[in-house]
Amino acid sequence: MRRFRLLWATLGILSAWWLLSLGLNKAIVPSPWLVIVEFGKEIFGSLGGHFLASFWRVSASMTLAILLATPAGLVLGQSTRLNHFFEPLIYLLYPIPKVVLVPVVLLIMGINDLSKIFMIFLILFFQVLVLVRDQAALIRPELVYSVRSVGAGRRALFKYVYFPATLPAVLTAVRQSIGTAVAVLYVVELVATQKGLGYYIYLYGSTMFDYPKMYAGILAMSMMGLGLYYAADALHHWLCPWQFTDSEKHI
Amino acid sequence: MIEVSGIRFGYPNKPLIFDDFSWVTKPGESWAVLGASGCGKSTLLYLLAGLRFPQSGVIKISGEVLHRPRPHTSLILQDYGLLPWATVAENIALGLRIRQFYGPDGKHAPEGAILEKVEQTVAYWIGRVGLIEVEDQFPGQISGGQRQRTAIARSLALTPDLLLMDEPFASLDTLTREGLQKLILQLRRESNLTTVTVTHSIEEAALLGEKILVMGSPPQKRCTTIDNPDSGEVDFAGSPSYNTTCSQLRAVMEDLR
Repeated sequence: MRRFRLLWATLGILSAWWLLSLGLNKAIVPSPWLVIVEFGKEIFGSLGGHFLASFWRVSASMTLAILLATPAGLVLGQSTRLNHFFEPLIYLLYPIPKVVLVPVVLLIMGINDLSKIFMIFLILFFQVLVLVRDQAALIRPELVYSVRSVGAGRRALFKYVYFPATLPAVLTAVRQSIGTAVAVLYVVELVATQKGLGYYIYLYGSTMFDYPKMYAGILAMSMMGLGLYYAADALHHWLCPWQFTDSEKHI
Repeated sequence: MIEVSGIRFGYPNKPLIFDDFSWVTKPGESWAVLGASGCGKSTLLYLLAGLRFPQSGVIKISGEVLHRPRPHTSLILQDYGLLPWATVAENIALGLRIRQFYGPDGKHAPEGAILEKVEQTVAYWIGRVGLIEVEDQFPGQISGGQRQRTAIARSLALTPDLLLMDEPFASLDTLTREGLQKLILQLRRESNLTTVTVTHSIEEAALLGEKILVMGSPPQKRCTTIDNPDSGEVDFAGSPSYNTTCSQLRAVMEDLR
């Protein structure tokens, strides 16, 4: 059912795009069919390489953000004292649009993959941290009491309570991060690189004026986002089956 | 079994709940703790479970001073305390799995505990409390009564000698509640379990407690107890002796208010 709905949505967008291209009749909005043909040709050529470069940056930064922010969020969510200490710091740093730091990060970390991955990581880290912390703080003390009363110490509590309780928050954070990560990806690939979809889109859009190629790049970026989104969704269904039962939802 | 001697306890920045309070029970007794909400009866259970500690005074269980949750004590809370992400069978196995996780160290699991045969033990209890048809479902999918059965099975699978229950049937409908009360009475007859059931219901206290501890408004200083020796007999509910206990309890509660 879901696949059919997705198919209908895709067809809807393509038709709207097609009508727009017919109505405007300008090179900047080429027909979608032209773009799809270009995409088919390019994806096994140079576009494929740019796609892989971007995919590596996005997945590396997401993995890094989740691996570091999840334990930090768990600790902050469960320790009121630590949370009181760090909360002002997080609230000061969280809303800063970190994209503006791109030149600084480039200057300090150099023109390489690392600086780009770090940039995306920096933005994702706070998103995941705040989501996981809030979820960990929601764990009811009664649940912890009753699990402790059957013998659980700190390690067993982590394994049987804290970890599964925050897993949905981590996966929600993953899904939310995908959109952000892809958006930031474009920005960090605009400067000081010749690899990546951001560079590809900018190159053909603003330098070579080859619009079908530019749109093929945009298509590749959207498909990367969609693929990641579906992967996160599948992971959520697989790891948190209790959230997808018919009756009332829990945590 | 339980020896509470001269404890003082209060939550930070709140009035004292227990002030030089003492209470003693014998092994195998079934106690009900009766009191209005806010009198500190749930706190008493947390203290007995080793989840909170008195500011002064001593709590001994089986002759040992309590410093942490004791492997032979089980606690059942009002909202069941089940893991929402684990199936009924997994929830029942939880205590046994935790014991396997630590090994029989005397701290988290009793020394010399036999930790194999988790599956058989779990299967036995699933059958015993009547949960076979929902064993693979999550707590969110089953009824309140089934959740409470799961919590009871999880506790009893650990073969405790002391079972603490906090308003175990408060949120259940009458028929389900009666069914579970009967189950508890049956299970108690089968083993030499000491039980402490906290409740605000006079009828439930009379039904489940051979001895009843009545708590007035805090701080608790003296220990008011009532004997109810016929509790647990077949058809005790509605018998003259049951009615006597109920009116006696009502009088004591009025008195303590």
